Amino acid sequence: MLDPDLVGRTFHGAEVVVISQSQIDQFCAVVGETVTEVSPPTFSISITLDQSQTLLQDSGLDWSRVVHGDQKFVISRPLIAGDSVTCSSTIESARVMAGNEIVTVRSDLHSGSELLVSTWSTLVVRA
Amino acid sequence: MIEVGQVLATKNYPVDRALLLAYANASGDHNPIHQNEEFALSVGLPNVIAHGMLTMALAGKYLSDIAGPAAVKEFSARFTKPVVVPADTTVLLEISGTVLSIEDSVAKIDLTVICDGQKVLGNAKAQIVLA
Repeated sequence: MLDPDLVGRTFHGAEVVVISQSQIDQFCAVVGETVTEVSPPTFSISITLDQSQTLLQDSGLDWSRVVHGDQKFVISRPLIAGDSVTCSSTIESARVMAGNEIVTVRSDLHSGSELLVSTWSTLVVRA
Repeated sequence: MIEVGQVLATKNYPVDRALLLAYANASGDHNPIHQNEEFALSVGLPNVIAHGMLTMALAGKYLSDIAGPAAVKEFSARFTKPVVVPADTTVLLEISGTVLSIEDSVAKIDLTVICDGQKVLGNAKAQIVLA
């Protein structure tokens, strides 16, 4: 079970992730996007999913039982090649419904002090 | 130019096992339920299923085609039904959109994503800045 004391706490990643053009090109190729100067709308999940798992690895959240319920992106400015971003993740809410834990994780990607993208993932942890 | 109430053209997006592998490599999500049939069956799924985020990525491409990828400011969806992808099969995602409102050059779009006659995304909404 998730540690309830962690709800509302923000974990700041120390790792700087540098976005490469080849990463963006690879994602664009999958969806058939020909405009590659900026990353596609959902590209940032490939950064935040991995980062949030690392940041929240001691939270008690059982990632092996997680099913993705909802996803939201708010994009101030799309990621582009050369961006150096850091991730911070917050467990915004946690509740139990029909024996399953429903956890909403927000992750923010910053370049310096500029917030570029926020993602919200609602995860259902199967009982 | 798009208008309030306009129904945007339906587009089809083919999905097969090769695309699931390509998405896994591009996104770093290597959960075996998206690759390995034996594993998918063992956890109670009908077959290998597509990443929900692949479905959302393809819907993102539909949105990008309206005013370019940089115009998409918000995008949210609920994963309501799995997209089942049997071996040696191509399934189709049928994506369409309706323009709910336009205010201060921001269009709110409601998306419908259907696979095999069923809605696979619920409450799929986006905001796009129009040039």
